[in-house]
Amino acid sequence: MTGSAPATLDAARFEYLLRLADNGLVLAQRLGEWVGKGPVLEEDIASTNVGLDLLGQARLWLAYAGEVEAAGGSPLRGEDDLAYFRDSADFRNLLLVEQPNGNYADTIARQFLFDQWHVLLLGQLTLSRDERIAGIAAKAVKEVRYHVERSADWVVRLGDGTATSHARMQAAIDAVWMYTGEMFSVDATERVLIDAGIAADTSALQPTWQSSVQSVLDEATIVIPADPFMQGTRSRGGKQGVHTEHLARMLAEMQVLPRSYPDARW
Amino acid sequence: MVAAMKMRAGRDDTCDTGVHAAIWRALAGVVDPEIPAVSIVELGIVRDVAHAANEWIVTVTPTYSGCPATRIIESDIRAALAELGETVRVVTALAPAWTTDWIAPEGRQKLREAGIAPPHPTTHAGSPNAQPITFGQPRPAVRCPNCGSLKTVELARFGSTACKAQYRCGDCLEPFDLFKSH
Repeated sequence: MTGSAPATLDAARFEYLLRLADNGLVLAQRLGEWVGKGPVLEEDIASTNVGLDLLGQARLWLAYAGEVEAAGGSPLRGEDDLAYFRDSADFRNLLLVEQPNGNYADTIARQFLFDQWHVLLLGQLTLSRDERIAGIAAKAVKEVRYHVERSADWVVRLGDGTATSHARMQAAIDAVWMYTGEMFSVDATERVLIDAGIAADTSALQPTWQSSVQSVLDEATIVIPADPFMQGTRSRGGKQGVHTEHLARMLAEMQVLPRSYPDARW
Repeated sequence: MVAAMKMRAGRDDTCDTGVHAAIWRALAGVVDPEIPAVSIVELGIVRDVAHAANEWIVTVTPTYSGCPATRIIESDIRAALAELGETVRVVTALAPAWTTDWIAPEGRQKLREAGIAPPHPTTHAGSPNAQPITFGQPRPAVRCPNCGSLKTVELARFGSTACKAQYRCGDCLEPFDLFKSH
């Protein structure tokens, strides 16, 4: 554990809520890039629906984040203010979810490794002492169980499929594996919230995640990369606002309309 | 749901039960814009109607976090209740989280008639709500809402909306939606 904790519990809570929100927001935007271009119609619809769930969850987290921040005396920022008027360094999502879509195996690898973590995280957050966090988590976890079912299914189909799909699935897992360490790296911000019974201790979820991922990858005939290097741990990752180059480009497209026309209304 | 309405009306003896019943009747006329065959009362979206300090409070709960129908449903509720001439406030409650187990029997029948297979109970072993999550488990058999056959196959885990999966019947060959257990 490194880094220093925010000055107050609510400042830490605000940071934590942004982490939860930005994972959903950024991944939803990535999945939205597939709209109309999915490999088959059913998958086009499925990935969009997963994105829609994640966006809905992100809105709930962002709205709460804005309220927590405002309770500390800052002007109230609504969900749109937080989504459209922060720069990449102010985003707190995991490096994993901002990675580009690539081919469909890349998209599925990113989704599966995230979903498997997400479902465990939300399961823990249903026990949060913060009732609002527990309520959102209880709602979201039901949706995410369907996400992980689907992404695991596709990892197996592609991994244990043709020689080409297997090679692409293996390459996809190899490419994003180094971003998974960040999911279980607890920094000072999370530590104070874990101690207060508000946040989930993700470091404790790692063994369960690893064995669930392993069993699906085994069935998919995919092997976990041997290189133990992990990007974004030691408080130098997406959760602290240190992002890969991909996020800013993605946000440029996502934010251009409200930034060009700040008062635009549908 | 009628029984539930009577129970709530009976319990709430400090206010005008006539208005209370009229609000429930008006709500029963509001449909889910994406599944217009069923009302929001039958779907279990309306959780409570209560009187407090000169206003009526209608508590609703969203189905899915990202359901695009949520805001439309809220404005439809306001429109339906505006005609009653009462001050009504619509409150959204996230917890307890909505479940398909709250879909009333009449609602399930109407889904079937609209060509949508109703959801299995969430307590079913193959339900994603069961813990721990297991992969590759056989999923519960789904009955074709058109011909009643059990010879059906899943085409995709997500259908025309996030709450549905796509199926096809092996006998009548019709594609149909399954309302997923949630």
